[in-house]
Amino acid sequence: MALISTSEFKGGLKVMLDGDPCTILENEFVKPGKGQAFNRVRLRNLKTGRVVERTFKSGDTLEGADVVDTDMQYLYSDGEQWHFMAPETFEQHGADANAVGEAVKWLKEQDMCTVTLFNGSPIAVSPPNFVELTITETDPGIRGDTSGGGGKPATLETGAVVRVPLFVQTGEVIKVDTRTGEYVSRVK
Amino acid sequence: MSSSPDWGPTATPDVLRARAEMLREIRGFFAERNVLEVETPLLAAHSVTEPHLVPFETLFRPAGGGTGLQRPLFLQTSPEFAMKRLLASGLGSIYQICKAFRNEERGRLHNPEFTLLEWYRVGFGLNKLIRETEDLLHSLLTPSRPTIRSVCFDYCSLFEQQVGADPVTADFSALARAAERLGYPEAAALCAEARPVWLDFLFSQCVQPRLADWDLVFVTGFPACLPSLARTHPDNPAIVERVEVFIDGIELGNGFHELADPAEQAHRFEQDIATRRALGLHEPEEDKRLLAALEAGLPDCSGIAIGLDRLLMGILTASRIEDVLAFPVERA
Repeated sequence: MALISTSEFKGGLKVMLDGDPCTILENEFVKPGKGQAFNRVRLRNLKTGRVVERTFKSGDTLEGADVVDTDMQYLYSDGEQWHFMAPETFEQHGADANAVGEAVKWLKEQDMCTVTLFNGSPIAVSPPNFVELTITETDPGIRGDTSGGGGKPATLETGAVVRVPLFVQTGEVIKVDTRTGEYVSRVK
Repeated sequence: MSSSPDWGPTATPDVLRARAEMLREIRGFFAERNVLEVETPLLAAHSVTEPHLVPFETLFRPAGGGTGLQRPLFLQTSPEFAMKRLLASGLGSIYQICKAFRNEERGRLHNPEFTLLEWYRVGFGLNKLIRETEDLLHSLLTPSRPTIRSVCFDYCSLFEQQVGADPVTADFSALARAAERLGYPEAAALCAEARPVWLDFLFSQCVQPRLADWDLVFVTGFPACLPSLARTHPDNPAIVERVEVFIDGIELGNGFHELADPAEQAHRFEQDIATRRALGLHEPEEDKRLLAALEAGLPDCSGIAIGLDRLLMGILTASRIEDVLAFPVERA
């Protein structure tokens, strides 16, 4: 990949840092009037999700990272890998537990996800912002129970546990915001 | 960036009015003190030798002249050399409000073309100039920030206190350990064995952000390895008579008890050019007219340059330079 100079660093750019692909979040030009120019850069490591800060001399370069976000359909898990398919090319990719990460609790077969490919292999999976999942288990709601702010825990078909209102029952399908892990509504 | 259309200014009309008001106030301030307003060339045959400034270069082509008559001209990174030649001519205390140009500089606090206020006071030592600067800044800032305060710190004590290493005596491995402790393990590779780069790095990353706790900060007593055009302190050769001013942790400007010794000036030029050579940068010619002016005699004086765009940011507590410019470089 091409070398990219600090002056071209901008939010969203994908670069290699210490062998890992990262996305640039922020690039601040720091220059004392009489002194050396630096760039203070915030980056997110796309493998670990960790945010790091690093200072460069202005004009230093990093290698670009071959990273692309692709919309793919989640097919199934064989216990070790989670399999996704690109709908246009039918190309399939297996992602390991590291790549799937927290997304695992929202993955429902046939849902479209964003799979981040690094050198052609999945390194991260983002679930859709909203998913519709069936409740497999929740206590029958008891009117007048105000503990926990009027909600109760419900286990969903994927294993995720979310707080739902008391009137929601086992077997119902609910809509959940995967970014916050919060119940949105019942689905008729 | 403002959401206004591309042809329109990024600063609001109120900000542009505040800019005009600031310029009016500054001219009033110096008129009252009998400091003369001057203009010097923005295009000049020489640029500064400072290793970390990159000038814009252009070509003067006399009409009908052959290529032999063409000569390079540089947009000035500051008017300091020309103003010192005026001082040597005996004009007395002078000030100038002008544009300065620095290539490669663009960021939240940088635009490659910006406005400088630079003034020189004949017969002033550095402390007297600092007091005058404080008076000017207070008078400009008080209307919008009535509780404005200023403090003065010694560079070396401030550095030692914030970084945990002495800027003059600590060896490079001690500076590297201090940087690592503060969360900058990359510093050792960046700064290597160049003390000025170490000091710029640690000061700008670790000290300067702390200065935001005060409104206005004057830092004096700079180590001799960051001399710029300041005199060496008469009682302590390890430091120079230089001041740097900060507002809300942002650098506003630099002032000096001005170097007047032509031999020392020639030596600093040589040092700068040697640094440039080591870095593989263009090696400019030294400005012989400045050296000749110093030979003729620069009166004992102190001078300071203040970035007016950043000062306006301070007056209005704006966070980006484009908020106070009609047209930043992207719209120029």
